[in-house]
Amino acid sequence: MLAILDYRAGNLTSVKRALDHLHIPSRITSDPHELKSSQGIIFPGVGAAGSAMRNLSENRLDVSIKDLIREGKPMLGICLGCQIILDQSSENNARTLGIIPGKCQKFSPDLGDESGRPINIPHMGWNRVQVKHDCPLFSGIPQDSEFYFVHSYYPVPDPAYLIGTTSYGLDFCSVFGRTGLWAMQFHPEKSGSPGLKILSNFYSYCLEK
Amino acid sequence: MLSKRIIPCLDVRDGQLTKGVKFKGNVDIGDPVETARMYYEQGADEIVFYDITASAEERKIMLRVVEKVAAKIFIPFSVGGGISSLEDMRAALLAGAEKISVNSAAVKNPGIIAAGAEAFGSQCIVVGMDVLQVSSSQTIPSGYEIVIHGGRMNTGIDALWWAKEVERLGAGEICLNSIDADGTKDGYELTLTRLIADHVRIPVIASGGAGNPGHMVDAVTQGRASAALIASIVHFGEYSIPGIKKYMHEAGVKVRMKW
Repeated sequence: MLAILDYRAGNLTSVKRALDHLHIPSRITSDPHELKSSQGIIFPGVGAAGSAMRNLSENRLDVSIKDLIREGKPMLGICLGCQIILDQSSENNARTLGIIPGKCQKFSPDLGDESGRPINIPHMGWNRVQVKHDCPLFSGIPQDSEFYFVHSYYPVPDPAYLIGTTSYGLDFCSVFGRTGLWAMQFHPEKSGSPGLKILSNFYSYCLEK
Repeated sequence: MLSKRIIPCLDVRDGQLTKGVKFKGNVDIGDPVETARMYYEQGADEIVFYDITASAEERKIMLRVVEKVAAKIFIPFSVGGGISSLEDMRAALLAGAEKISVNSAAVKNPGIIAAGAEAFGSQCIVVGMDVLQVSSSQTIPSGYEIVIHGGRMNTGIDALWWAKEVERLGAGEICLNSIDADGTKDGYELTLTRLIADHVRIPVIASGGAGNPGHMVDAVTQGRASAALIASIVHFGEYSIPGIKKYMHEAGVKVRMKW
């Protein structure tokens, strides 16, 4: 069973629906025992880093999550969930979990696209991920596949953790992590078949572990 | 670099498509869930559902459709038509929609845009604008006026001013529909599309007038739209989504070619 971490951050049901479609058992939960007994945790979320951190710490979920990761529980952070794994966000200057060193930064309105026109913010729509370092989550996914993004802040992790990049006004890190702990800025649950493949690859990893 | 999006729009009434959709083999399909799934499999980048009537009873039917669609398609989809309160928005989002489109309700009560963006995030809030070309005047300097109720009522609001205003209020996207071009199949209203796209930083979806894939290329190049809405040209089987994408790709437009 995969646990979808419930910390009142946006719509968690879309991840649940995608897992149901893949026949992967899952539960939306904030119960520490359920998180502990799960085979892996998905940390989703849409919204602002500050209020998400408040919700996490009010329920002491920040502590549980850190403990579980230390014990080797597989985890996948999506969108806001990916940003919160880092040390801090420039969104309301929020201190975040600090599981992986790095921060989140806002797209500068001065950035331009390849034709020199200013970029739209948020970065919303389908974009490519260049996978730079082998990652089991991308196994079986063609290199040029596109994924669905919606965000105004982008992750800047310690370069040692970089897995994939995406180009939007600049090249930013859209996938990062290490074995068993991955984070992605895009929404695999809304990215058609390559996105669903990432979710099933994550589950396969959890089962093998 | 972002791909330009192709977004089929389905008009739904009483849980059924208002016009049948013809796929190869000329079979009419009235079921919005099945049609959405087919467009998803054919590479649609997003899907829009528009609730044509939207009385309270019909809205419940629509929400059941949204739930069924959400279980089958794994790309973003939005719901519009008759949404006028935070409660309407919440219900559609909980049923599985990604985005909510507000149109007439936003003109009558612009506060709904800010309230929706605050409650659910700007990325959820699409403002639909129906626009009619008029002679330029002091109140409507751009020469484009906002109309509501499906184009039946003039508002005296300048479309360019309104576009900037909805962006300021927190809209995440604008769906720009030209009443003049709608249904003509002569192409999108490119002057209008470019005017709006050049003056806001949020994405603009061009709507109304698509007759062939070349029109979609024009909308995202000359019109500078981020996406093109299509309806009848795919519903009636004249063109397919993969065919349109191939055409655009060969014309040098970046579109999502693998799905």
